Amino acid sequence: MQDKQRVVKPHIAEEWVGKIYTLLCIFFLIVTIFSMVYFVASKGISTFFLPNVNLLDFLTGLKWAPEGSPPAFGALPFIVGSFTTSILAALIAAPLGICAAIFMTEIMPGVGRRYLQPVIELLAGIPSVVYGFIGLSVLVPFLRDVFPGQGIGIAAGAMVLSIMILPTITTIAADALAGLSHSLKEGSYALGATRWQTIYRIILPTTLPALLTGVVLGISRAFGEALAVQMVIGNAPHIPKSLFESTSTLTSVITLSMGNTVSGSPHNSALWSLALILMSMTFVFVFIVRWLERRSKV
Amino acid sequence: MSAKTANRVATIVIISVAVFIVALLAGLLGFILVRGIGHISFDFLTSAPQTIKAGGGIGPQLFNSLFLLVLTLIITVPLGVGAGIYMSEYAKPGRFTDFIRLIVEVLSSFPSIVVGLFGLLVIVNLFGLGFSLFSGALALTVFNLPLMVRITEQAIRGVPREQKEASLALGLSRWKTITSVMMPIALPTIITGTILASGRVFGEAAALLFTAGMTSPRLDFSNWNPLSPTSPLNPFRPAETLAVHIWKINSEGLAPDAAQIAAGASAVLVIVVLLFNFTARWFGRYMYKKLTASK
Repeated sequence: MQDKQRVVKPHIAEEWVGKIYTLLCIFFLIVTIFSMVYFVASKGISTFFLPNVNLLDFLTGLKWAPEGSPPAFGALPFIVGSFTTSILAALIAAPLGICAAIFMTEIMPGVGRRYLQPVIELLAGIPSVVYGFIGLSVLVPFLRDVFPGQGIGIAAGAMVLSIMILPTITTIAADALAGLSHSLKEGSYALGATRWQTIYRIILPTTLPALLTGVVLGISRAFGEALAVQMVIGNAPHIPKSLFESTSTLTSVITLSMGNTVSGSPHNSALWSLALILMSMTFVFVFIVRWLERRSKV
Repeated sequence: MSAKTANRVATIVIISVAVFIVALLAGLLGFILVRGIGHISFDFLTSAPQTIKAGGGIGPQLFNSLFLLVLTLIITVPLGVGAGIYMSEYAKPGRFTDFIRLIVEVLSSFPSIVVGLFGLLVIVNLFGLGFSLFSGALALTVFNLPLMVRITEQAIRGVPREQKEASLALGLSRWKTITSVMMPIALPTIITGTILASGRVFGEAAALLFTAGMTSPRLDFSNWNPLSPTSPLNPFRPAETLAVHIWKINSEGLAPDAAQIAAGASAVLVIVVLLFNFTARWFGRYMYKKLTASK
């Protein structure tokens, strides 16, 4: 045994140390993700084994009264809330982000890199609770004064989220525009096209899949954002009739109720099912992004 | 509209959007700082919060946030750097590597609230760690790890190929090449990225609600025994961080000056995050100058 150890040269032993150490780190990643999926899924699925709850009712039911008698678990208001807020946020943020990216790459690259880029990075750095706080103390009173209603609701949520996802959309769009080959643009200019014609006839169509990647990533981030939305959305468990009426999202109801329920109770399991929906949507978003990325490589 | 007018109009629109975004950031920062900075004082930064009386501070929360950040970095950096090294140096193109890449991507797009719930289920309940700083640090590790992996991988890939090949040609092992030739070159990028990631961790709240908890026990800052439940250094005590505190007083604050406390605490949070940002930027520029000997 002693002899054998001496035969292993130090640099080979060292090599093994490195390989094993880095593999262990990777192994940790894999274990984490699998246990995450396993635990959240097993908790979330357990709801559907309860009497008088089934998947279809859960996804399409309009009434959420988990403590009522009989309890009702209709998650549709939250699903609708999450989708409308995040898609609306993307509709606001996408034009702004893409314009900012065009500004940074086509119109004034110098100014863009010097001033706009740091601004975007700082926007990305502001914590979500601070966005929520600003939303609550500036945006909600403003909306209350201007529009009928309480000010809280989908409009406020979408506006707060749009600022939060603006950096994601801008950064990815700017990378895509900067990576475009010069010959395409030069060809267009040589034919006498103006800058705007070049942008919207050549640059935008060519980079469209990459731009959409940014938008989908933005929606995905907005979909999962919890606290900032919870603070401005109002948290009423029903589908609102207007954009300025209190409603809830998947994340907001989890944030509010998870701490107040007993583990194993039907209410608690129903919240885990909502978390499972959130997690499944993450996978959907990742696959959409991957599909778009494949398109943009061609 | 002629092509030239369209061009002019579009240019003006795009420039005004850029100006709008800059104004937006200035407005946000201005609002936070103007509203909050008046409330920041030494007393505010060091005293404990009050539940129903006015005049509470954010001392324990600020300490918890910083301590939690340190704990998180101690766990995340070795794991993230290791995994990043694997991805850039050891991973061979193939199914397994594609799979890991997918995992990193999925992990980085998981909503932080889901990470928090996972922490509640596994770390807090299954491992029995309870609501504690350590649980919070583990949850933040899960949240931060994909970012660290990506930062490291990019930094190591940025090392000039010649340096690596020269070292290998001299007979150094692959691991030795990584640790003593490539790491020193990649380190500035890794550090810059880590500081930026720290800013993100510092402001994170959703993943901590159900892991580090929403309460902070009465802390005795003269007690430095890490095993005592009232010691600030005990990693197994519940700890409400600054970001969680802001959320809590906004949604259920009872103190009469809750709005001012929220404004003050937000200002502190934003200032710290800005500090992280500027440090990262300054450090990156400093190291770049030092390494490239450019002015």
